[in-house]
Amino acid sequence: MHSGISILFAGQNFSRLLGGLWISAKISIVSLVIGIALGILLGALRTVKNPILRVILRLYLEFFRIVPTVVLLFLFYYILPKNFNVNLNAQAVAMLVFALWVGAEMSDIVRGALISVPQHQCEAGIAIGLNGPQLFRYVLLPQAIGLMIPATINLMTRVIKTTSLLLLISVMDVINIGQQIIEANRQTHPDGAFWVYGLIFILYFLLCYPLSAWARHLERQQDNNA
Amino acid sequence: MSWIVIQQSVPVFAQAFWLTLKLSFYGIIGAIILGLIASFLRYFKVPVLRQISAVYTEVSRNTPLLIQLFFIYYAFPEIGIKMSATAAGISGLIFLGGSYMAEAIFGGLKGVAKIQVESGLAIGLSRWQLARYVVFPQGLTLSVPAIAANVIFLIKETSIFTVIAIPELTNTALDQIGLYYHTDESLFVLVIAYAIILIPLSLILTWLERRARRGAFGN
Amino acid sequence: MATPLLQVEHLEKSYGDVHILHDINLTVATGSVTVLLGPSGSGKSTLIRCLNGLEDFQSGQLTFSGEPVTPSPKVWQKLRQKIGMVFQSYDLFPNLTVLDNILLGPLKVQHRAKAEAKEQAIKLLKEVGLADYQDSYPRQLSGGQKQRIAIVRALALNPDFMLFDEVTASLDPEMVRGVLEVLRNLAQQKMTMLVVTHEMNFAREIADQVVFLEEGHILEVTPGKQFFENPQTERAQIFLNSMDF
Ligand SMILES: Nc1ncnc2c1ncn2[C@@H]1O[C@H](COP(=O)(O)OP(=O)(O)OP(=O)(O)O)[C@@H](O)[C@H]1O
Ligand SMILES: [Mg+2]
Repeated sequence: MHSGISILFAGQNFSRLLGGLWISAKISIVSLVIGIALGILLGALRTVKNPILRVILRLYLEFFRIVPTVVLLFLFYYILPKNFNVNLNAQAVAMLVFALWVGAEMSDIVRGALISVPQHQCEAGIAIGLNGPQLFRYVLLPQAIGLMIPATINLMTRVIKTTSLLLLISVMDVINIGQQIIEANRQTHPDGAFWVYGLIFILYFLLCYPLSAWARHLERQQDNNA
Repeated sequence: MSWIVIQQSVPVFAQAFWLTLKLSFYGIIGAIILGLIASFLRYFKVPVLRQISAVYTEVSRNTPLLIQLFFIYYAFPEIGIKMSATAAGISGLIFLGGSYMAEAIFGGLKGVAKIQVESGLAIGLSRWQLARYVVFPQGLTLSVPAIAANVIFLIKETSIFTVIAIPELTNTALDQIGLYYHTDESLFVLVIAYAIILIPLSLILTWLERRARRGAFGN
Repeated sequence: MATPLLQVEHLEKSYGDVHILHDINLTVATGSVTVLLGPSGSGKSTLIRCLNGLEDFQSGQLTFSGEPVTPSPKVWQKLRQKIGMVFQSYDLFPNLTVLDNILLGPLKVQHRAKAEAKEQAIKLLKEVGLADYQDSYPRQLSGGQKQRIAIVRALALNPDFMLFDEVTASLDPEMVRGVLEVLRNLAQQKMTMLVVTHEMNFAREIADQVVFLEEGHILEVTPGKQFFENPQTERAQIFLNSMDF
């Protein structure tokens, strides 16, 4: 009988867990980069006064908002290969789902920030002869970006937390590896779950806490300047 | 997709539907109570308890529900705390939701105008009376949209209960897929079931937010 | 001379490193109206807020009804029942009806009998011409109506002293008259008042004494009539010339 915590350092266990965490981090980064770019584009389009475009984009947002992320993962995981003959590995499915989900959430953040720029700013831009994209690039975006940043950082922490669901579509993420380690050491470490899940708990906290503290710091700054 | 299959699975999903609602209900009520307590401790700057509640809020908000559930369900028994999957699920939802509700409620309390506090002081109200008659009634009203948004968030999070095999909606759909390979039908019913719960709530939320923006309290 | 209602001696106030009020000395006689004048940013609001404990100050002595004030939350809470205050912004509690706004202090702070407090509240509402609005919510009232009710809410505690900080400054011109009328009646009933206002004709009419403040210094304290005809300082003359009345 070992002291429980030794399960974390037996054999390759610790580096395997970190390897799993890296998979989660990789999926987060890829989907955030794609999703944020997509969201900025869609958010800008949502301020365009075209009713059809608006309805379509709103439906897209609402779909990704209403359906729980777990369900989104299963939808894409099962339906893409079966009904569309698209065979992606589980990691790629996760990146796709997260990117689309981030895109939807991001479009709302971008739209909210854009419409909070006062109308007269646009009018002043038009008055000096700027066209639509120029107005967006030089007047709206610079003023809106400060408002978008805290919400975007919070979205990052949500994505990181959501990577915990990767286990469900059999990605070899940190939790999946943790489960394997607990199983494999059932005999020698009957209390392995406490230490392994405890470590994973702390790892997630260490990833998310600095980001949310940063977002809160920025929000405070904005409140004080307001 | 087969209509017959869908029809046949309705009773099973109906049971899961009610279970999802029931678990959400207990979890949300618990989360609101925990959130009220945490935000009161913060508002009244209660020493020690306030720091504990701040640590709780950070831990709860910066870790995923799934690992919180694993910890409660698989790790707690090893230190002598055993509970059923359902109890673990509800506890997890309360642990997660409490901090979100606390932020929503405290945000509302902070949103009460400074002049309101000062005019309360000016007529001689004590700190407790000020909270009781001025800050809480106004602040809680201000926090309603954020609380409603959390309600939707927490209902969606119950889908994660599937990892500890609670037969709620998502778990039931996965079961149906595993047992009968009715993939399309089960996923279809699953999405519809969540839509039935969440679309009305999301419409109510939009309405609440719009009302809040217009200023329910046009003073 | 009888004991003054309020005496301020050597009051100093800073926000952080910024010194806002310098050596403020001021005496307010019972039953008199003091008008506090001065340019924007001179410290009028800050001074008036020091007088009922909404701002703390670094040094100086306040004496109220002959009793020295030792500032502490408990002392101020008691004293605020004797010192009513009305602010520039309409500050009624939006979650309470007009009557509940007025009764909150008498019932919860002073623990008076409901029937008696209500009777007084209705009498006061009648005096300001708003008896029909006791069950309305603040959002249903105009700015001028809200301001008159805010005055009633302060009066309902039977204060000895009333502080008014630019109570008409946010009102539409046609609303101003009704509120000033209420102040005028109070002056006639010999309520002791300290009034900050930019309504110069009104100030001239009701001021027993004028305190002129600039950049946190009291430059002069002069009887009302005299201040408007022949102020003691050049700064005050320049200020009066700049005002349109
Ligand atoms: N909370 C605060 N922190 C720092 N400085 C302040 C604060 N409140 C007021 N001041 C400063 O104190 C000075 C006096 O302000 P105050 O509001 O008392 O002026 P006032 O005479 O009432 O002006 P007005 O006629 O515009 O109402 C100003 O320079 C102001 O910038
Ligand atoms: Mg002022």
